Amino acid sequence: MNILVLAEHDGQQLNPSSLQAITAAQFWQAPVHVLLVGSALDTIASSLATVSGVTKVIKAEAAHLENPLAEDIANLLVSISSEYSVILAAHTSFSRNTLPRAAALLDVAMISDVLEIQAENCYVRSIYAGNILTHIQSQDALQVLTVHSSHFIAATTQGGSADISAIDVPAPFTQTRWISTKQTQSDRPALSSAKVVVSGGRSLGSAENFEQVLAPLAAKLGAAIGATRAAVDAGYAANELQVGQTGIVVAPDLYIAVGISGAVQHTYGMKDSRIVVAINQDPDAPIFQIADYGLVGDLFDTIPAITAAIQ
Amino acid sequence: MKILVAVKRVVDYNVKIRINADGTDVATNGVKMGINPFDENAVEAALQLKEQDQANEIIAVSLGSSANQDVLRHALAMGVDRALLVETNSKLQPLAVAKLLKAVIAQEQPDLILLGKQAIDDDAGQAGQMLAALLNYPQATFASSLQLENNELLVTREVDGGTETLALSLPAVITADLRLNDPRFVKLPNLMMARKKTITTIPVADLGVDIESRLKLLKVAEPAPRKAGVMVSSVDELFQKLLDHEGVTL
Ligand SMILES: Cc1cc2nc3c(=O)[nH]c(=O)nc-3n(C[C@H](O)[C@H](O)[C@H](O)COP(=O)(O)OP(=O)(O)OC[C@H]3O[C@@H](n4cnc5c(N)ncnc54)[C@H](O)[C@@H]3O)c2cc1C
Repeated sequence: MNILVLAEHDGQQLNPSSLQAITAAQFWQAPVHVLLVGSALDTIASSLATVSGVTKVIKAEAAHLENPLAEDIANLLVSISSEYSVILAAHTSFSRNTLPRAAALLDVAMISDVLEIQAENCYVRSIYAGNILTHIQSQDALQVLTVHSSHFIAATTQGGSADISAIDVPAPFTQTRWISTKQTQSDRPALSSAKVVVSGGRSLGSAENFEQVLAPLAAKLGAAIGATRAAVDAGYAANELQVGQTGIVVAPDLYIAVGISGAVQHTYGMKDSRIVVAINQDPDAPIFQIADYGLVGDLFDTIPAITAAIQ
Repeated sequence: MKILVAVKRVVDYNVKIRINADGTDVATNGVKMGINPFDENAVEAALQLKEQDQANEIIAVSLGSSANQDVLRHALAMGVDRALLVETNSKLQPLAVAKLLKAVIAQEQPDLILLGKQAIDDDAGQAGQMLAALLNYPQATFASSLQLENNELLVTREVDGGTETLALSLPAVITADLRLNDPRFVKLPNLMMARKKTITTIPVADLGVDIESRLKLLKVAEPAPRKAGVMVSSVDELFQKLLDHEGVTL
């Protein structure tokens, strides 16, 4: 049996997390097929074909799949599922929306946000915002899962020579209509894949401060900016910058937590960072328990000083 | 329009989670429990639709032991019209939850089904999508706004890096993001009143659904703590540590 990876892309480029999902798929030592869903897939299909470890690229092309709905993707997955023993994808909002729907249609359980694959049907995943790890065994013949991308290295984009083929697309699901998508434009690196992340909390005090204090530091470090939910709720930072259990999970080389208390819901989203630096004026702030380097101080003094000190 | 809202009873989000004595599961005995936060957003969304005269009845349903009555009372105190408890002492996984909800929906025939986008205990985030699949209904997950327009539901959903807007014909399944609304505060008199309301109990066996667990829990463990960090006393010292010990170039 084969392994199917549901790829995520913008028509031109593969989402980097899909490369990590492809690595996870190698675990079963079976042929790895990658499903691309969209409307004009030739460019992306040929770049995927050279990704190491991919044996087949499957194109599901149709005009109505330009902005694909979970309903249509799930039906597609079901239509080809008989060839597969595992269907997986990175744990992004795209797959979180889609794969549970497919799993239910296939009458199988789904395993969300897998941290580690231990055996062909045994997984480690966390519950309670990363506070507890569970080891679970799937009893289903077909397994549907999403993987926690930062726990898997990205497959290299060279060395592969996969076949590219096209498949028939089931009839569109008509009770849902796509209206629009709004992607936030930013010159900064994408938060979920950035090498350096500077995150701010409620302590920044206003949207103006948030930008004025954090942006120069982020610019010097080539960093993405993240935020706590408290900062987002207060309107200091955009919604899609929220790092955490219910936001984005990041695992950069360097995470700088600025005026962040360190609630578990936040740390779930960043504790896989290689180096964590925390700046907080409260020496007892829980964030210091997970920081590699902690500096007690007022962020309004410290952050400009750090920014100035960077060459 | 009739709305059904699913509410889960979970460990309060402020509680520090511990493992039970024999290391087989999370310790929940005597731990403070409450309504799953996202489900509270779902209840609030339903109440707002009713206040806009777009819904006439809201039914809250919870699945689990008789202890779940407390989250149903919470929903009643918030303002839902009726409460149903599908009673079972078995642990329910998302697929079983979806199947049970489907059976309740077959009886109640709601036009809209609202759930939270994820439960803060298992963090699976699957029940809504699974339910929509089993019903073959349209779905909109991680909803941050919704409004009814010409019999269609316009839903804005949170996606990585932005938002997406969909139009769904009814009946449909929606899962709520925290940003959908601010759940109303439950006033004490409402809670007292909710105590007197009846909660209809449906024994799980009456629904004729296979609720067998497909995922076997082998063991639970606490994650390894991050290695102890160091406190530095100045920006200079921080830079020196990052350069000398971590090879970070700043
Ligand atoms: C269901 C649910 C889901 C959630 N999901 C998430 C999530 O995904 N992500 C998330 O982040 N949160 C999430 N939360 C919220 C989380 O529980 C915390 O409330 C939040 O992370 C706190 O944000 P904060 O650190 O910015 O604010 P606070 O907790 O208010 O902390 C502010 C910190 O700033 C420090 N400070 C203040 N002034 C200064 C100064 N001048 N200089 C230096 N330090 C200063 C203070 O000492 C304090 O430690 C969730 C909550 C719930 C209930």
